[in-house]
Amino acid sequence: MSNVAEISTATSRAAAANNRGTARSRAARIGTERVIRGSLLACALLSIVTTFTILAILLVQSASFFAMPQVSAWEFFTGTTWAPLLGEEKHFGIWPLIAGTLLVTSIAAAFALPVGLVVAIYLSEYAPSRVRSILKPILEVLAGIPTVVYGFFALAVITPFLHDHVSESFGTFNALGAGLAVGIMILPIVASLSEDSLRAVPRSLRDAAFAMGGTRFDVSTKVVVPAALSGIVASWLLAITRAIGETMIVALAAGGLASMTLNPADEVQTMTAYMVQIFTGDAPAYGIEYKSSFAVATILFVITLSLTVVGNLFLRAFREEYE
Amino acid sequence: MHSLGARTQSSTRTRTPGEIVAAATPTSQAGRRIVDRAFLGVCIAFTALAVLLLVVLVVSIWQDGHARLSWQFLSSFASRKTEEAGVRAPLWGSIWVCVICAVAALPIGVGTAIYLEEFSKRSRFRSFIQLNIANLAGVPSIVYGILGLTAFARAFGTANSESPITFGQPESFFYLQLPFGHGVLAGGLTLMLVVLPIVIVSSQEALRTVPASLRTASLALGATQWQTTWNITLPASIPMIMTGGILAMSRAIGEAAPILVLGVPLFIRSTPTNLMSDFTVLPLQIYNWSMRQQSGFHELAAAGIIVLLAVLLTLNALAVIIRHRLQRANG
Repeated sequence: MSNVAEISTATSRAAAANNRGTARSRAARIGTERVIRGSLLACALLSIVTTFTILAILLVQSASFFAMPQVSAWEFFTGTTWAPLLGEEKHFGIWPLIAGTLLVTSIAAAFALPVGLVVAIYLSEYAPSRVRSILKPILEVLAGIPTVVYGFFALAVITPFLHDHVSESFGTFNALGAGLAVGIMILPIVASLSEDSLRAVPRSLRDAAFAMGGTRFDVSTKVVVPAALSGIVASWLLAITRAIGETMIVALAAGGLASMTLNPADEVQTMTAYMVQIFTGDAPAYGIEYKSSFAVATILFVITLSLTVVGNLFLRAFREEYE
Repeated sequence: MHSLGARTQSSTRTRTPGEIVAAATPTSQAGRRIVDRAFLGVCIAFTALAVLLLVVLVVSIWQDGHARLSWQFLSSFASRKTEEAGVRAPLWGSIWVCVICAVAALPIGVGTAIYLEEFSKRSRFRSFIQLNIANLAGVPSIVYGILGLTAFARAFGTANSESPITFGQPESFFYLQLPFGHGVLAGGLTLMLVVLPIVIVSSQEALRTVPASLRTASLALGATQWQTTWNITLPASIPMIMTGGILAMSRAIGEAAPILVLGVPLFIRSTPTNLMSDFTVLPLQIYNWSMRQQSGFHELAAAGIIVLLAVLLTLNALAVIIRHRLQRANG
């Protein structure tokens, strides 16, 4: 019924539009149409221009970084000392920055991926609809909080808590505080995207599993989660990508000391935090430290882009189609 | 009565044959029931943890910052003396940048979505653009900052940043210079790049909800593709597009990293007067205050966060109101 009504409104609107159009010639209409199509295409092309401009900037600047006499590409890709700001003895080995990034990201992932998935399973399989209607907006609020707020939270709440209640060895800046804050930041991404893919699993699969005598736990973990696995993994990869690229939390709470460490109480520097240090500092705009941040940005870009591509491929290749 | 059956009855769904069978199976599977119960406990515990974190976050920030909130805080510029400092410059900076970002990102984003959904055929070119947008959505915002710095603030180094080409008087509203330097225009355009993928994807989703029958009816009457889009498809999807757009703007307001890369001055004692004016934004001011170890600055940062969250809350409320209004208007 409503569809018929909709079509009739559409028809009358289209007729009105057409009446307006008849005043002009058909050729003029086709001309307008062409111009509009052209400008819409231009909008769409902007996204491609953006990608290629990013690539060009990063490659050109990195190339000029590696062309500098003090820099060796071998040291950059294999070195374990990152000391770009020390007077004479500068070292550009990327691994401490990658290690710092991985440590923070692993802490965030270890917290957010399982918790997010469990919250998603609860929301999709267990929670009564009233509870769900309260929890979903709360997740949206969490997802909408700017990351600088989580950075402040890490600095002002999480780290003092770790220092007072876990170990005295946690200083003002440490990997665990920053990692947990990043984890809280990516939790809603995992929870809401995983929940979407869990809910997309058809009812009939659940019914069949219940009919076999499965408990809700059996049905969730043995039927629904495997069926939605591609979406869940994609949400995990997206969350990890966000964690790797996250800037303000680590700039505030992780510190500025690039070191190869696995100790979560240590101060670490991530790739993004190094870029912040350079861009907020007084590094001369065409100096070696400044250029090194573009090389770091290139590595960051390559890592996040590969993860995004893998996530999209995963979603496409392993999607289980029903009906 | 088995717990499972009881739960299914209490939920709003109707019981299916499968669930009835499951409820009727004997309790020989007591162990599995215990696992099920335990898992429900874990679920509730983890979900409660997420809610608790939000509560702790809000309460701790409120406790740190509420004492600093006053009209004086909103109307004063940053200061070395914490008791005199305020958010006037970053608040106005955020508003300017957000308006510029909206004016630039909404037409381009919606235009791209219309092109992809209404005008392009299912071709390899279309899926290339689509894939490209998906990849752009995953690019860290600090990388967009580098793009903004190079393209907008420095114009790829083609012009000398020290002595830019200028148009008009520096005091006038219409003052322009090339390259833009680190003024509000460069900031707004950089944020446009950050939120563009979000605007495009949410607009596409909005356009997809319009039933094909509406388009077919319009086309059948001889309307062109654009007449159909402008008169039929867009009006039907505008509430969803606006909601997505406002959510994208709240993302833009919360971004600090791209603005930080642009190299905006740390200490600003003026509000923007034209597109080239120096500016700072709320998240960046919060970052600067949080980084200071001296006493008093943490309270300022917390108060700044309360202002920022209030702005975001207002925007989200606006999104809800607009959606309701427009939905009723479209009836």
